[in-house]
Amino acid sequence: MPVAELRGVTKRYGEVQALRGIDLSIERGELLALLGPNGAGKTTAVRILLGLAEPTSGEATVFGHHPASQEAKVRRGALLQVAKVPETLKVREHIELFSSYYEKPLPIAETIAAAGLGGIENRLFGALSGGQRQRVLFALAICGNPDLLFLDEPTVGLDVESRRTLWAHIRAFVKRGGSVLLTTHYLEEADALAHRVAVIGRGRIAAEGTPAEIKAQTGTSVLEDAFLALTHENGNAAEEVLR
Amino acid sequence: MNRVYWMESKMELRKMARLKQYSMSTFCFPLMFYIFFGLAMPPLPGGASLSRYLLATYGAFGVMGATLYAFGTGVAVERGLGWLEVKRASPMPPAAYLVAKAAVSLTFGALVVTLLFALGAIFGGARMAPGQWALLWTVLVAGAIPFGAIGLAIGSLAGPNSAPGIVNTIFLPMGFLGGLWIPIGFLPKVLQYVAQFLPSYHFGQIALAILGAPTQGSVLVHVEALLGFGLVFAGVAWIAQSRDHEKIYG
Repeated sequence: MPVAELRGVTKRYGEVQALRGIDLSIERGELLALLGPNGAGKTTAVRILLGLAEPTSGEATVFGHHPASQEAKVRRGALLQVAKVPETLKVREHIELFSSYYEKPLPIAETIAAAGLGGIENRLFGALSGGQRQRVLFALAICGNPDLLFLDEPTVGLDVESRRTLWAHIRAFVKRGGSVLLTTHYLEEADALAHRVAVIGRGRIAAEGTPAEIKAQTGTSVLEDAFLALTHENGNAAEEVLR
Repeated sequence: MNRVYWMESKMELRKMARLKQYSMSTFCFPLMFYIFFGLAMPPLPGGASLSRYLLATYGAFGVMGATLYAFGTGVAVERGLGWLEVKRASPMPPAAYLVAKAAVSLTFGALVVTLLFALGAIFGGARMAPGQWALLWTVLVAGAIPFGAIGLAIGSLAGPNSAPGIVNTIFLPMGFLGGLWIPIGFLPKVLQYVAQFLPSYHFGQIALAILGAPTQGSVLVHVEALLGFGLVFAGVAWIAQSRDHEKIYG
């Protein structure tokens, strides 16, 4: 059984059709990267799986439960794009608070180590660098010892070194047996981390497979070329449908 | 389960206590105005001192500020800039978020009222029966509840950048027009009429009734009015929050 699943999910916001029928499943122990240009529907798919939005039609489940149910919530963690995190709490305080939401959280020291926050745990969030801030958000996502992690563009805006550091922590989570849904528009990131890639364009899944399969499918050697070929093709197909 | 509520409230208190804008605006306005109008002004003709009267009204003003800033500005910023989404995706019980904001409002409200009472008793020569002090303190602090609902409605509707300005333009005039800065009887008749439509006026009148100071209308009506405002704004907040869940994202 997949740990999380979207079945025939569509989502309409007023005039905007964000998702046009998506089937997607995340299997135990895999890192699935959801790739797509801005506005393709990546964040909408994640929001539905987090119970923050209801699908217009179709079904979403997390561990067989409704995504907004407490059963689903206690077994997953999420790193979302957030413009402002409260800055007057210390790193450790943020982690202690989120840990208190779970029945069996990781020990605080373990979370701090697993997110690479040793030495800065007593700093106020407002005093941290961009890379450190993302690692705190990562810590809040993993502190409940979840089986499934949602990472919505976790490395956007980070420098190369911070990005690599966060990648290492994500890999370590997967190595411990966790499953991950990662959205990104950095193709290099999907290539480096993902077992499987789903390319999403204009609210549909355009292709799905291992990074190697995707490249083979489009006859390209670089994922970026495959991505452009797929999202462009899909765009043309959508335009034809509209005509 | 109770541990979550406790932790959420404890962390919210630390967070707000370290937030200079919040502690400054919560303490500075009421204490400064009380010193100007309640302590520095000469006694009124006839010898009546304002120091005791204004303890009730600036106490109400202080609680109103502590609450409107915590709920209004606090919720608007966290909702508008994505933090509330992170909380909603987590297993935090939604009520814990509100309980924590209420804990901050009640704690800071209680601190402002206690400081005002100390100023009034030590420097203003304000005297009351012990039971009167206790009752006035309790009623003032409890005022955080209806104003919490008003703040929550503002926080649920206002954008993160405009919320601080909106709270200021509601809070300061509401204090003045509700008769919390200078006694309502000193205001022009037309403003006294407007006051009836402000929750701050009803709150001030309840507090003044405890002092035995001259008030307008019956206490019961003021209590009902304040509860009515609280319920209406709680409803507004509820509707705004449920509509908020369906926002457009990329």
